[in-house]
Amino acid sequence: MSERKIRLATCSLAGCFGCHMSFLDIDERLFDLVELVEFDRTPLTDIKHCGPCDVGIVEGGVCNAENVHVLKEFRKNCKVLVAIGACAINGGLPSLRNNIDLWDCFQEVYQYEGGLEGGVVPNDPELPLPFDKVHPIYEVVKVDFFLPGCPPSGDAIWRFLTDLLAGREPKLDYEQLHFD
Amino acid sequence: MDRPETPDIAPLLTPILAHHGHDASKLLQILRDVQDACHIIPAGAIDLIAVHLGVPRVNVEGVAGFYSFLSTRPVGEYQVLFSGNITDQMLGQDDLMQYLCNKLWVESGKVSEDGLVSIAGTSCTGMCDQGPAALVNGWALTNLDRNRLDLIGELIRSRKPVAEWPPMLFETVDNIRRADVLLGEALAPGDAIRAVLARGARKTLAEMDNSNLRGRGGAGFKTASKWSFCHAAIVEEEGHVICDIGGHPERFIVCNADEGEPGTFKDRVLLNSYADLVFEGMTVGARVVGAGKGFLYLRGEYRYLLGQLEGVLKRRREAGLLGDNILGQADFNFDIEIHLGAGAYICGEESALIESLEGKRGRPRNRPPFPVTHGYQGRPTVVDNVETFACAAKIAAQGGAWFAALGTAQSTGTKLLSVSGDVSRPGIYEYPFGVTVRQVLADCGAEDPYAVQISGPSGTTISWKEFDRRIAFEDLPTAGAFMVFKRKRDVFDAVRNFTHFFAHESCGFCTPCRVGTALQQKIIDKIHSGHGTPSDLEELKRLGHLLKTMSHCGLGSSAANPVLDALAKFPDAFERKLAGLAFEPAFDLDGALETARKITGRDDEWAHL
Repeated sequence: MSERKIRLATCSLAGCFGCHMSFLDIDERLFDLVELVEFDRTPLTDIKHCGPCDVGIVEGGVCNAENVHVLKEFRKNCKVLVAIGACAINGGLPSLRNNIDLWDCFQEVYQYEGGLEGGVVPNDPELPLPFDKVHPIYEVVKVDFFLPGCPPSGDAIWRFLTDLLAGREPKLDYEQLHFD
Repeated sequence: MDRPETPDIAPLLTPILAHHGHDASKLLQILRDVQDACHIIPAGAIDLIAVHLGVPRVNVEGVAGFYSFLSTRPVGEYQVLFSGNITDQMLGQDDLMQYLCNKLWVESGKVSEDGLVSIAGTSCTGMCDQGPAALVNGWALTNLDRNRLDLIGELIRSRKPVAEWPPMLFETVDNIRRADVLLGEALAPGDAIRAVLARGARKTLAEMDNSNLRGRGGAGFKTASKWSFCHAAIVEEEGHVICDIGGHPERFIVCNADEGEPGTFKDRVLLNSYADLVFEGMTVGARVVGAGKGFLYLRGEYRYLLGQLEGVLKRRREAGLLGDNILGQADFNFDIEIHLGAGAYICGEESALIESLEGKRGRPRNRPPFPVTHGYQGRPTVVDNVETFACAAKIAAQGGAWFAALGTAQSTGTKLLSVSGDVSRPGIYEYPFGVTVRQVLADCGAEDPYAVQISGPSGTTISWKEFDRRIAFEDLPTAGAFMVFKRKRDVFDAVRNFTHFFAHESCGFCTPCRVGTALQQKIIDKIHSGHGTPSDLEELKRLGHLLKTMSHCGLGSSAANPVLDALAKFPDAFERKLAGLAFEPAFDLDGALETARKITGRDDEWAHL
């Protein structure tokens, strides 16, 4: 019987999927990767809920209640949780709204700005309720590793994953952390 | 963004620029004057100043944005800034600030609707022995209580100019509780200079060397070495000698009176009652190193001293103790100019202070080269603390051996301590070096002392187990602050106050300090709000190590001291605040949805966490 494959899940919260796109930039090394891992919930599999996994990779910060449910589900099921990219680590671009009052923002968009029928703030329970600020994910759950970059390059992601899968402490070279 | 229209700024600006001679190195002083006149640095003024001084607009804007007492957004016609040091807080500063806010119908940190008043907090104003303290339009208020705030509220509402307020509100006292040789034995103005002229500069330097005087600002560098490096500064840059021994007269003496370390107020007292001694020390230094010009960098909070200090300088010029041919000595020309700061703790760091003197943002320089070779305007410059110059004057008059006989082997002379906090007799205590903490606590009437913060937030926290330690460079070096906390106090509150202080005062230049101090504040606030876990304490230690080792200057490298000291010596203060052993979110998840629930009117299952 072959060795059990490592189970890997990924998701994007308040992010732009740029880190996931960068993940695809590992290109043909994806074939090497599927030799080592099998995917649980990811945009590649379209599985809706994460089951017990070894590694969870989370892109994006936490901007609404749904993000918290997803994140907690990941934390509960993943032995190792990784924050990938600037938004997951610091809040990133979405957190630029943190200086704008949520009331002001909603009024501006739904009530003052022309072109929207009715002029009311949408209140359908299916819509995730936003937080008054965007938070990095480490403020909501314990995070084991941070993989920085906006986005981290495909090479950095590959290096990180191969280190982790081989049981080594992941370590990026200076060039892989140097963005300018 | 719309800029406020300021068509009438030019007539106001012309005399200010003329007064400062259109000199770009006076930019900070120019902006201070604009702020005084307009209660804001208007965008139009920034444009005009940039044109008139011939500097890029961004430089002017950069300086205007850097200093706390300059503002590019409007502040009230009356701006009240409450001193936020922990000693002020222990005296009820938070309640008093809220009281005045309620009284004047204004939210703290905002300007009242009619533009009359704004109320906010500021870093320690150096009145810890007579707090709670505040500043109104830059003038120091002391001993605040509700009665005084009632009066202040009335004065503001009736729009009475601050200059006409009752002097009682601005009364400050020296509170000298123990005087030794520095404060106790008077020196007639001119005596030290006469002694230097009789002995000669070289022998005076030898006396300084014998005295083993070490800098009183905290770092404790030997003063004679600093002076002799400056005197002998031979600087070779790209092959040519800029300055050589005795060859070039352009050297500077700078007195660092940017006493920003919370809990320190000895320099205020020296400048208030011993200004002659300080200026005398600067003149002695000038003779020894061959400087022609001196600066006193006075922190903005002490602006009330400016008038009387100018008076002392004038008197000394008239007495032939400053200016050309001092005491009839043909080749001895030295004068002192006072430069007023504008609320930036970082300017107490000597290279940041020099940047500020040159009219720039107070950003610490790379060192080396050190100011003794490349200081003000790139010239050799001695920067010493107020107390150091006062000691230097005494040594010049009375000799090095006399001074070296006081104190301990490596810490000669006496030290002024600024004692505040839970004591019955706060004030200035002068002791020979080597005094025990226990002795000081007994003399100042400390009630049930539990912890003492030596040398301010950047110094050392000691617990009641360590009260036999001694004030000396060999054991507990200090710039002077001595804040006492009784057993009932929560050490964590002090730590929290200090982390907020550092996050506010970080100059923002280097990432480890800018981000590190902010993260440190965030974690401490997380613990304070009941969301802390043991992993946060580990993170604080890791962060502290990073701040200590990676920061550009002393601010960052000492910003973790109060946290690390308290974690080591008062772990209980942290542990009893932790929410649990497992991970806790850093904020109230459900509470953070409250705004959105109100906006949408939702209260369904998915609208809660």
